[in-house]
Amino acid sequence: MNVVRKNAWVMGLVGLLAVLLIVTKLIQPSFGATGLESLARAALPFAFATAGMAIVVIVGGIDLSIASIMAVCGVTAAVLMQSMGAVPAVAITLALGGLMGAINGGLIVVTKVPDIVVTLAMLFVWEGVALLILESPGGSVAPGLRSLINGSLIPFVPNALLVILIAIALVWVPVKRSKLGLSIYAVGSDELAAFRSGVSVGWTKVAAYALAGVLAAMGGLSLIMLTGIGEPVPGPYLLASVAAVVLGGVMLGGGRGGLLGPIVAVFILRIIRTILTLANVDPNVTTIVEGVVMVAVVMLGAVLTYRGRRT
Amino acid sequence: MSDMRIHAEAEQERGLVRFGRFLRDNPVIPLIFFLILLVISHFYIVMPLRTGRTGALSAFWVNNLIKFAIPLAMLAACQVLTMLTAGIDLSAGIVATIAAFVCATLAPLIGVPGAVAIAIGCGVVVGLVNGFGVGVVRVHPLIMTLGTGLIATGCLQVYQRFVISTGTLVPEFLVWLGTGRTIGLPNGLFLFLPFALFILWLMRFTGFGRLLFALGSNEHAAKLSGVKSWQVFLALYALSGVIAALAGLLYLGMIRTPSLQLANPLLLPSVAAAVIGGTSIFGGRGSFAGAIVGALILRVIDTMLTLLQMPEGARIALFGLIILLVTALYVRITGSR
Repeated sequence: MNVVRKNAWVMGLVGLLAVLLIVTKLIQPSFGATGLESLARAALPFAFATAGMAIVVIVGGIDLSIASIMAVCGVTAAVLMQSMGAVPAVAITLALGGLMGAINGGLIVVTKVPDIVVTLAMLFVWEGVALLILESPGGSVAPGLRSLINGSLIPFVPNALLVILIAIALVWVPVKRSKLGLSIYAVGSDELAAFRSGVSVGWTKVAAYALAGVLAAMGGLSLIMLTGIGEPVPGPYLLASVAAVVLGGVMLGGGRGGLLGPIVAVFILRIIRTILTLANVDPNVTTIVEGVVMVAVVMLGAVLTYRGRRT
Repeated sequence: MSDMRIHAEAEQERGLVRFGRFLRDNPVIPLIFFLILLVISHFYIVMPLRTGRTGALSAFWVNNLIKFAIPLAMLAACQVLTMLTAGIDLSAGIVATIAAFVCATLAPLIGVPGAVAIAIGCGVVVGLVNGFGVGVVRVHPLIMTLGTGLIATGCLQVYQRFVISTGTLVPEFLVWLGTGRTIGLPNGLFLFLPFALFILWLMRFTGFGRLLFALGSNEHAAKLSGVKSWQVFLALYALSGVIAALAGLLYLGMIRTPSLQLANPLLLPSVAAAVIGGTSIFGGRGSFAGAIVGALILRVIDTMLTLLQMPEGARIALFGLIILLVTALYVRITGSR
């Protein structure tokens, strides 16, 4: 029953996305392959941030520092690519992201301070680190990487979308199929029960945060692939990722949901922006509308969680 | 022999617990010692390191220290009050910025009293939205205030486009409050002293203050005793919005040039000041007196870091680490969340 309902939620989201795509097509009849491509490109950093956030929410936590980790990884990669090839720079950045995530998780486990407080403090620490690495926007990006997310190899399927799906699947599918994936869901749904069943709660949390860090590093890389330079000031990815996670059917509090729903939710939130832009709404007003939509989504999630807890 | 050792260890343990309890009950006393220690090390260690000679504690230095600690302490009041109920107000910095910007741009159009009233009104509106989200819909305060902050920033940018040509005017009395001095002390104290007394009175001697402590210690128990929590949250966040707006107005008088980022950098130090001052981020415990000392401590650290020519990034990272360290210490010492 639960499985059916979960899938129904994702199916509903896909349906909503299809409706929104049709609305876009009605507003702007020329919306086609290029429109889809720019949509997928804009969704890149949001998708990675959301995937990372989804994993920590499933394990029962929340990572407020995700946007700052993205900033650190972005500037690190941009600085590294000035002196070395794209492949080692990307590898080092991914490892760095994982390390930063593991530090977050380790601090949560060791200090026993709640996730939300630790990651709030680390939000500022990583932001400071990003500023230390690169004080003002700069660095460079290998042109090969930038062309990776342009165009469409398969008609009507943008390369950026393929990058999102392949990268996230590479991280998540092996984890979900292994013991670690089971542990992550177990710890998220009931920490004490998981502990009594012999799951190492501490290591599971550290691993989940490290995975989120790796995904955040991918988000940081995609940011510099989009702009061509490293930017030390974190973008608005925190609230957007929380909203997408909630809209995607992952309960705040942990244990339920997957990664597919949140990624579809990212595209829904992005396409709302596209529709508003096509309808000639002032970009600043678009920001307000987007903020209101995200807060409304989070409110809805809170109401659902509250109801669920009471019954 | 071993018996004695166990006994001694138990004694030591009890001593540590007692010390923790003492710290929890009177966070101000060790904090003041720490502040004095910092000031001494500033003049006798940091100053000689940079300039080659020991500095002297001057009235001017103290004046400057207090002057810049005042808006920080006011924003810290927002955090202390919301943290008492296990919340936080991350929109405070943006509310302060909005109040300052709205006041400065409306003053030439509709006069100073109207502009100040509208500026404070903005704080009330943002606060009520926060209170609605936290108290009625039950969104986590951190997420809620972050969201309203984002929306408010968008609104500010739209608003800025309408007033881009009107020019700005910083009201006279705000400049007097922000930059003037009376017998060697900053005029800001004329606003801050009554404000601080009001907050201390509110927290200690009113029913509202007791409700905040009750909700933070055990929300369920408070509700069972008949507390209508949503009303308290609505009033609390509206009050926090007003305080943030007042702090923004004062800061405007101090800086004298309104901008879209004016008070935003004060947000993190305000959280840090509240946490250093012994306010628990998990609710039920906190003191505004501690937060005031915390604000002074942060200002001293800030002047030290400036003197040492520490880059901006290191400063932000250090503040984050301070919050984490102090919270972790409280969890360790008091053994409770």
